[in-house]
Amino acid sequence: GKMPSPKLLLTFPLLTVMCSLCSALYFHIGETEKKCFIEEIPDETMVIGNYRTQLYDKQREEYLPATPGLGMFVEVKDPDDKVILSRQYGSEGRFTFTSHTPGEHQICLHSNSSKFALFAGGMLRVHLDIQVGEHATDYAEIAAKDKLTELQLRVRQLIEQVEQIQKEQNYQRYREERFRQTSESTNQRVLWWSIIQTLILVAIGFWQMRHLKSFFEAKKLV
Amino acid sequence: MQGFGVAILTQVIWAQLLLLGWARASELTFELPDNAKQCFYEDIIVGTKCTLEFQVVTGGHYDVDCRLDDPDGNVLYKEMKKQYDSFTFTASKNGSYKFCFSNEFSTFTHKTVYFDFQVGEDPPLFPNENRVSALTQMESACVSIHEALKSVIDYQTRFRLREAQGRSRAEDLNTRVAFWSIGEAIILLVVSIGQVVLLRSFFSDKKTTTTRVGS
Repeated sequence: GKMPSPKLLLTFPLLTVMCSLCSALYFHIGETEKKCFIEEIPDETMVIGNYRTQLYDKQREEYLPATPGLGMFVEVKDPDDKVILSRQYGSEGRFTFTSHTPGEHQICLHSNSSKFALFAGGMLRVHLDIQVGEHATDYAEIAAKDKLTELQLRVRQLIEQVEQIQKEQNYQRYREERFRQTSESTNQRVLWWSIIQTLILVAIGFWQMRHLKSFFEAKKLV
Repeated sequence: MQGFGVAILTQVIWAQLLLLGWARASELTFELPDNAKQCFYEDIIVGTKCTLEFQVVTGGHYDVDCRLDDPDGNVLYKEMKKQYDSFTFTASKNGSYKFCFSNEFSTFTHKTVYFDFQVGEDPPLFPNENRVSALTQMESACVSIHEALKSVIDYQTRFRLREAQGRSRAEDLNTRVAFWSIGEAIILLVVSIGQVVLLRSFFSDKKTTTTRVGS
């Protein structure tokens, strides 16, 4: 058949890169609204987030790429509520972070618009894609950099997957310990409070009887 | 000229999406406040097999309403107050599919919901290659190990969510036990001292109690 034009051949790898958000999940966000997502991850795990925004154009009644001035503010907090990433990106952005403590990380996004009229009562459409751990690795890049054959690359992928499983299991052990501590604390509390309450009850009973007896004796009723 | 170029590019994009059966797996965990509804949208091509799986991680009775609509607004899936579910469907038309999670039935508990929306199959490791020969035995073995590990990771995620749910319930129980015990001890003291004070008040300020008590 006819050889496709070189320009068309070139668009393919370009599209692979550009189109990473072409069919991503999207949602609508208000002007002052803050949307947060939680990622519970083990430590030393890389997280890559890609987003793309579109603004509703009332005249054309469709969503168009947002004006360059409109950006998103991305804030990432670690399980101890410490901010590990706090940056403003443009209307299209990519943020990366690596967790240093295992647990629930919170990724929050809100638009940096200070002019309330900018959205014109509409909503901002945000395409978001968050990849964690093994899914975040770019195999094409690794293959090119280390010059791996297909088999070597597949084995590399398996190694990454197994490492992720190992990390997750390690994290699981730490979580199970916390769970066990909570359960044991509940057990202790129930035990001690039952004993203390019984003692209080008995002591109060004695005090009431003694007090009333001495009171009635004073009143010469008994 | 510009418009023509854009038109060609759009056609190429759709054609490639069709060829590759562009796959996406989006999994997100988000917080759903009380009386709130959160919707997500995804553009899907006809014929793609998609799976939506969700689980409520923390909050209240651990349930949420879920609804999935196709581009024309027909309801494909609708369940109320579900803790966990998995729904597979094949896209019958091109367009934007919408799925919503609603916590509108709850007055003061906010929920944390996890969902995993898988569209199509996973992209191949080498998108640029032309498969001229069948996979060798080593490569097929690698592929099957990869699939098995993927299901291991999947099970791990489900397990992690259930553990988070259990842990959240245990921590709730722990705080409730503490508050309840302290509250009950205080009530006990207040009531018993109150009883004595009340009883005393019946008998005080009346010097001629023996005759008055009866009336």
